[in-house]
Amino acid sequence: MSLESFISQAVSPWMKNEGPDADIVISSRVRLARNLQNVPFPILATEEQLQGIQHQVDHKFANHSHRQFGQLELLKMNDLKENEKRVLMEKHLISPNLANSAKEGAVLLSEDESLSVMINEEDHFRIQCLLSGFQLDEVLKFANSMDDWMEEKLDFGFDERRGYLTSCPTNVGTGLRSSVMMHLPALVLTKNLNRILPAINQLGLVVRGIYGEGSEALGNLFQISNQTTLGKSEQDIVEDLRSVVKQLIQHERAARELLSEESQNQLEDRIYRSYGILSYSRSMESKEAMQRLSDVRLGIDIGVIKDVNGKILNELMILTQPGFLQQYAGEQLGTSQRDERRAAIIRERLKLEGDI
Amino acid sequence: MLCQECQQRPASLHFTKIINGEKTEFHICETCAKDKGEYIPGSNSFSIHQLLSGLLDADQPFSSTKKQSFDTPRPELKCTHCGMTYQKFAELGRFGCAECYKSFDEKLDPVFKRIHGGNASHQGKIPKRKGKDLHVHRELEELKERLKELIENEAFEEAAETRDRIRSLETTLHKKGGE
Repeated sequence: MSLESFISQAVSPWMKNEGPDADIVISSRVRLARNLQNVPFPILATEEQLQGIQHQVDHKFANHSHRQFGQLELLKMNDLKENEKRVLMEKHLISPNLANSAKEGAVLLSEDESLSVMINEEDHFRIQCLLSGFQLDEVLKFANSMDDWMEEKLDFGFDERRGYLTSCPTNVGTGLRSSVMMHLPALVLTKNLNRILPAINQLGLVVRGIYGEGSEALGNLFQISNQTTLGKSEQDIVEDLRSVVKQLIQHERAARELLSEESQNQLEDRIYRSYGILSYSRSMESKEAMQRLSDVRLGIDIGVIKDVNGKILNELMILTQPGFLQQYAGEQLGTSQRDERRAAIIRERLKLEGDI
Repeated sequence: MLCQECQQRPASLHFTKIINGEKTEFHICETCAKDKGEYIPGSNSFSIHQLLSGLLDADQPFSSTKKQSFDTPRPELKCTHCGMTYQKFAELGRFGCAECYKSFDEKLDPVFKRIHGGNASHQGKIPKRKGKDLHVHRELEELKERLKELIENEAFEEAAETRDRIRSLETTLHKKGGE
């Protein structure tokens, strides 16, 4: 495993194994915030202290094999080019915060990229596990096992009453943020999502765009996650999220059926138009690409489009983002150049699929 | 769409700000956004920390501080380990180190309760190595609760077993020099 393979492949190996309910749930994720007891949090720590944390990880975990995740590799942010960081971000392996921070940040990555541990982000460690489809129990189990392994060798800040001590008071306790990424085109089309969102918020869950806090919901992709981390066990937090996601899946399926029954022609028209535009455009902005890809993905999921594999759309949604486009081009690209490359990649990829 | 600030570059950032229930949309380019200090890519200036800062406001009239402010000025609350003051913590919305939790403890319950839906104490995972005794303490608490129930339900046989288990756990803790 090398830096090159983390950067060059658009689809992380974990994405290739399609999980349960993958027509609606793109991925499930758990992250645990952890800190060392005796070192100030990254916001106050000195460069030396932060480097010290990196060294410890390098020494104790990197190039070692974790029983579930295989060989682990440490990538230091200072060793990466801007665009390489951007690619890792587009793959959700690191956060925008880590990519942009000038401090001694790093990430420990597993072979199949389902596990990443961000180092010196807002907290000393953020253990993250990502799997395809609706697999909240599994991601929690894997993240926990990494946490246990790290805890054998490091002294985490923990308090009997407050739990795991984190930099931000919104993470204290379990340090757990569990989230699922959902594709909800029918709920958006039928304007039902706006009715459901307030209820979800009342249950202590948050709905956001695909890059988390503050980002826009592109391509009808929504991230739903728990808001509170204190006062409930990890299992209960995940269970609450699971029950809401289950209901959203049912609502989305019902909305898809309703659309198929009542506006079959309009729906097919919309799907085929998007398919046509994706197949023939010469220039396309990312926002439009995400929307059209969402339409086609819906078309595949409800059986309107039959000769395209749904997985390539996940791949294209990642591949057509600025970081990847530039990585492929091997150079910096202006907006219009990116739009042309984006259209070309989508055209070629769809053509390839149609030929099979 | 052109940037609403410079009217020259295309607007690449689109925000919705909601202040006092009033919604304003912004469409600006990255350069103007940086100039205005509205947005540094990835840093997310409308962040949770700003919102938190409002919640944590150091001048907030917590009952204990209000009373005291009339007589002697209270020494500033400060973390003994990293030097973070409560004032600074309130501004940043972030702790400086794990010890800050102890140093600011008297003020934290209401803060946590507001953020975490009324909860201020941890109910989740306990680290294996560090929390060894804690596991036993928690099990003891659970067993004592169970014992009460069993006695109420007159299930004396099981109650006796539970009592023995409690005794043996307490002995283990005692031997190890635990509390």
